[in-house]
Order: sequence, then structure tokens, then C-alpha cells
Amino acid sequence: MTDETLTVEIWRGKDTGRFETYQVPHRQSQTILDVVTWIQRHREPALAYRFACRVGMCGSCAMTVNGRPRWTCRTHVSKVAASGGVRIEPLRNLPRIKDLVTDMTPFFEKWQTARGRFEPSATRSEPMAAIPSDDPERRIVDAGIECINCGVCHAACDVVAWNPDYVGPAALNRAWTLANDQRDGDRAGVLKAVSAAGGCHACHTHGSCVEHCPVGLNPTAGIAGLKRMTLSALLKGGLS
Amino acid sequence: MIEARLYLLQRGSAMLLAPLVLIHLGLILYAIGDGLSAAEILGRTRGSFAWAAFYGLFVLAAAVHAPIGLRNLAREWLAWRGRSVDAAALVFGLVLLALGLRAVWAVIGFGIGAGDGA
Ligand code: SF4
Ligand code: SF4
Ligand code: FES
Repeated sequence: MTDETLTVEIWRGKDTGRFETYQVPHRQSQTILDVVTWIQRHREPALAYRFACRVGMCGSCAMTVNGRPRWTCRTHVSKVAASGGVRIEPLRNLPRIKDLVTDMTPFFEKWQTARGRFEPSATRSEPMAAIPSDDPERRIVDAGIECINCGVCHAACDVVAWNPDYVGPAALNRAWTLANDQRDGDRAGVLKAVSAAGGCHACHTHGSCVEHCPVGLNPTAGIAGLKRMTLSALLKGGLS
Repeated sequence: MIEARLYLLQRGSAMLLAPLVLIHLGLILYAIGDGLSAAEILGRTRGSFAWAAFYGLFVLAAAVHAPIGLRNLAREWLAWRGRSVDAAALVFGLVLLALGLRAVWAVIGFGIGAGDGA
């Protein structure tokens, strides 16, 4: 990498394709998303990629950058291009659509499989549940609730790659927050869902998800918590 | 549900195996270091309810633990899934159990069989 120019390789195509190389002007505080956008605006109008918020909120811009899954809008070039170049590919463990765009459908379907959706225990005409913010269960929920659904952990997880049934760290992290949410109307149902094949017991606790999660969540800890919770439910006969 | 059960069985058997394996290794070192002959060893184990219980438990825990781990490996690394891998793991566990118990029987024997060293 010279001061002025970056050499950027970008995956073009779907499952078969090739890396195309582009020279991109290097600017200060430039992000990987800035680089991709520059190429799309100035060199390759047909380049497909996805983003929305540009500030790390929406979770739509994740790609593989120099072999690692990252949120590209908050990844500075200076942080990843130290050795000279940048290679950008679509996220791993998801079907590819075109260029840098993956199909997130299986990712979100796995959230449903893990019962990663809130089941209300009250209607809107009933008073709101008052849960103190220092309640121990609520603190557990708060620790895992800020997921932006970016799929970075899903791409980082080898078990997702090995076992197509595995629902993955993000879905289990969501299930964990619901299993601890006093307002959820079917917490036992969450435990049943994550005890199925491909659920929390398939996790190897190797922590790649924690290592890569851009917002600093710890899905591994939540999955370990689910293992404990499901075991105690099993011993009490609550899983049948 | 079944996954949670298998998980419990695998972790439970691992907790049993950890001390059993250490004792077993210690025994091997002791027997070899002391230069005990096969006959001397058999003389101590034959008819011993304690050794039968120790190694019976060992075999049982191993026969539970190993097939569950192999099933996981087969599913993840060989992409072998479904009922056939479950059946194969079960058969493997039963073979381990049979071989293990046969070995325990040979060492404990309760005075039955030839070559009683006591
Ligand atoms: S800890 Fe579990 S979920 Fe996280 S990367 Fe490892 S196997 Fe995947
Ligand atoms: S847990 Fe982290 S890495 Fe995984 S989807 Fe949520 S924000 Fe992204
Ligand atoms: S564009 Fe929204 S998180 Fe990157």
C-alpha cells in the first residue's frame, strides 16, 4: 500500500467467479465500505453489495475482508490493510447472490428454528410489565440484546460450516435473551427449541463468534448458559 | 431433547472417566514399576468385587462416552447424518461394552475358568 493508492481485490460473480483488482485512492479514515462504494461509483457500476446505515446500526454491510468477517462500514482500511492490499469477498456460510451480496434468508430462518422471537405474555391493553433494570435476569438479557443481525458470528463459526442444521451463535444468543426475559410467554418453548438437533448442544465453545462480533457480544457465554438451563430443565423433566 | 440427553450422558460419563482413567494409569505404572507378573496381577484381581465394580464402571462410562463423541464427529466431519449414524454409534457402543465386559470378566473371573492364579 502506498500513501495514495490501495490495491483492492473484489470477488465478482456467484459461486464461480474471479477476483478483480482495482486501484483505489487511499484517504484518511477511509472504511472498507468507502472503498467498495468508490469502486462501484467510479469503476464498476454493476458491482453488487449491500449497506444501509453506514454507522454500525443496521447490520447489512458485513463481508469477508482479508479472510475475516467484518462490518465494513466500521472497519477502517488502515486497520486491515497493513500488509499492502485488501481482498473483499462475500460472507462465509451463506448462499451467494452476486458479487459481495449473500442471501441472509437461512440466517434469519435459523432464528425462527431456535425460537429467537418474542412470544408475548400480555396484550397491549394490559399494564406494562415493570422489570427493574438491576434485576439479575434483566441484566443477562441486556448483555445480549444489542445484536445488529449482521451475520458476522455466523460466518466466523466453524460448526455452522460443518453442520448445516446448526442454528448458529446469533440465533442462540437471541434465544438466550428470551429464555431470560420475564415478559416472554413461552420460555420453556425456547429451551425445547434449542435442545433439538442443531441447537445449543452442537456448539464447541471455541469462541470464534465472540472474537469476531463487532458489537462485542458474547454468544458463547449465552450458549453455555442455554446448555446449563436445558440440562436443569431436562433433569426436572421440563424438556418433554 | 435427545441432543440434550446425549449431551448430559457425554458430560456425565466424562466426569466419571476423568478420575477412573487417572487411577487406571496409576495402576499400570504401579504394576509395571513393581514388576508384577501376570499371574500375580490376576491373583489380586480374581474374585475381587471391588475390581469388578471399578472396571465395570470404567467400561460402562467409556461405552457411553465414546460413541456419542464419534457420532458428533461423523455428523460434522463426514456429513454422515440421520438414523444410520445413530444406529452405527449405538452398535459401536454395544461392541465396546461387550469387549470391555469380556475383558473385565477375564481379569476378575470370580474363580471360574482355567489358570486361576490365586
Ligand atoms: S463458540 Fe459455538 S457458536 Fe461460537 S463460534 Fe464456536 S461453535 Fe460457533
Ligand atoms: S451476535 Fe454480534 S456478530 Fe452475531 S449477528 Fe449479532 S451483532 Fe452480528
Ligand atoms: S451499513 Fe449498517 S452496519 Fe454497516
